[in-house]
Amino acid sequence: MPYLLRRFMQSLLLLFVLISFVFVVGRIIGDPALIMLGTSASETALDQLRENLGLNQPIWQQYLVFLGDLVQGDFGVSFRYGFSMMPSDALRAEGTPVLPIVLSRLPATFLLAGTALVLAFSLAVVLGCLAAMYPRSWIDNLVNVISLASVSVVQFWLGLILIIVFSVQLGLLPTGGYGSWQHLILPALTLAARPLGRISQVVRSAMLDELSKPYIAAARAKGVPEWRVVFVHALKNASIPIVTITGDELSQLLTGAMLVETVFAWPGIGLLLIDSLGRRDLPMVQAGICVVAALVILVNLAVDFAYTVLNPRIEMDNRGGRA
Amino acid sequence: MRAMQPYETLDAVPAPLLDIRDLRVSFDTPHGLVKAVGGVSWSLSPGETLGIIGESGSGKSVGLEAIMGLIKSPPGHVSGQVLFDGRDVLTMAERDRRQLRGEKIAMIFQDAMSALNPSLTVGTQIAEVYRLRRKCSQAEAERKAIELMDRVKIPSAKTRVGCYPHEFSGGMCQRVMIATALALNPQILIADEPTTALDVTVQRQIMTLLAELQREDGMALVLITHDLGLVAETVDRAMVMYAGRIVESGPVDALFETPTHPYTRGLIRSMPRLDGASGALHAIGGTPPAAGRMPRGCAFHPRCEQRVDRCLTERPNLRMVAKGQAAACHLAEETRHD
Repeated sequence: MPYLLRRFMQSLLLLFVLISFVFVVGRIIGDPALIMLGTSASETALDQLRENLGLNQPIWQQYLVFLGDLVQGDFGVSFRYGFSMMPSDALRAEGTPVLPIVLSRLPATFLLAGTALVLAFSLAVVLGCLAAMYPRSWIDNLVNVISLASVSVVQFWLGLILIIVFSVQLGLLPTGGYGSWQHLILPALTLAARPLGRISQVVRSAMLDELSKPYIAAARAKGVPEWRVVFVHALKNASIPIVTITGDELSQLLTGAMLVETVFAWPGIGLLLIDSLGRRDLPMVQAGICVVAALVILVNLAVDFAYTVLNPRIEMDNRGGRA
Repeated sequence: MRAMQPYETLDAVPAPLLDIRDLRVSFDTPHGLVKAVGGVSWSLSPGETLGIIGESGSGKSVGLEAIMGLIKSPPGHVSGQVLFDGRDVLTMAERDRRQLRGEKIAMIFQDAMSALNPSLTVGTQIAEVYRLRRKCSQAEAERKAIELMDRVKIPSAKTRVGCYPHEFSGGMCQRVMIATALALNPQILIADEPTTALDVTVQRQIMTLLAELQREDGMALVLITHDLGLVAETVDRAMVMYAGRIVESGPVDALFETPTHPYTRGLIRSMPRLDGASGALHAIGGTPPAAGRMPRGCAFHPRCEQRVDRCLTERPNLRMVAKGQAAACHLAEETRHD
């Protein structure tokens, strides 16, 4: 079986396991009806909700129904999202399908995570390459300090500090919200810090590794300009670990976005998940987690695909087994 | 400057293409300054083939990297003069030096497989510098790559121009390296142990190819090797290096017939022979000195069978012992008259 097809099948399996996990956890943490309605709910209301959600059926049957619904894109309905009244009153209403709500939040999250990633990646490649070109120099030390600081800093603290400095004191940028590029700057910076640090460290070590290889000396000997030696010859070969860590960080970004979106009131999927947790909106949380999980798996698949493009040897090596 | 005195007479050919004067290379290491090359002078005429012989660590490769301007400073220190066509390579701007590399002096490496970039196609690598310098189109660069691959006799160049190095054998990789080096018609080709990583039949093919190309283009060839058989077959003139210095140099026939330095004689005696002489192979006792711990006096004295007291304290200079032949040994004259 071709490598990528095999990886795709693996991803599907992984997604299935994850969805099952979400289902099990949703049932383990307590009676879903009780979680959704709260302890003050009447026994009648609870029974009615259990009836509505099929919670009074055997667990394996619930599981099959759950899976069957998922396949049809039905993640259930929320009785809490958009209802300001008492939950028991909401039950009488139809409820809102959760999937469209979750999906409608995706663009905002993509915009935030994408901007942060582009920012972090491009800066990290430049910093990492500079550090590797002049090892143990002041540039190297500076890059080291920057990357260490940006990895170590606590995201919500950084977010708050940025708000205090740029929004409150300097009044340059909005404290939060969504709509213009000014709204994007602070959350994107906050979110970019961690991947910037991690990626630049990987770029540095991978580039140091490559720059000491014989083909680099050979490229210099044949008169290739230094910028080309570094950014074409070495960087292309260093790209495998760099892409790996970037893919890894992208998955982290999607989760990191949760915190940052909360700090900056950025209406993405992270903020929705946090809000839904607070509202004890189980269907919404389930749908959110499944969508985020699917995205993470998709990112990993894309990284694997990028390998085969970047390294002409991988496709071949994998015919015999894992490279 | 004292060390180069005997050389004025050694090189009879006027106006050398490459003139190395008192080249010294050292490196800062955690254990202090380590001398890799200590005061080496030699020259190369257009079209000439020069062999540089020495064990690993004798400074032969480092010296050539210094000539190419490839020693990174720090930690490296290079001094002396490297005159190419009268211009000092060591003092010129990095821009000019890069211009020189590839265009005038090209280099091929020991292990071609690892000297090629694994993630670029061979065609891209062969024509890379050509494309950058001649500012030609991608299509033209590819045509040039195919033409060069034909020249180094890589079969079905047209279809293989888009292949990656891992799809080639070691010998074919070395041919790719050579094609890369030829791209800009250099006047000097430095070959750093070009056949060491190859098996014997392929070695022969590569050397034949180099000789052919040299004849066609009239370029000078510097062959670095520890393979004496290769030297005997291919070069006009050879230098023997030991511990960062030249210990003997001269026309290759003279070196093999009347080797003067005990190290050269040891090397020649340790060659396997096919002419009927039997018996165990001779070996030079001991090991070469580590770069940081150079013995006083003659660097070879701890391993020398003929050393006298003088060898322990005084370093012998390279001096003429016969027409075109020089040796750095206190006992050179005595040895030759034995």
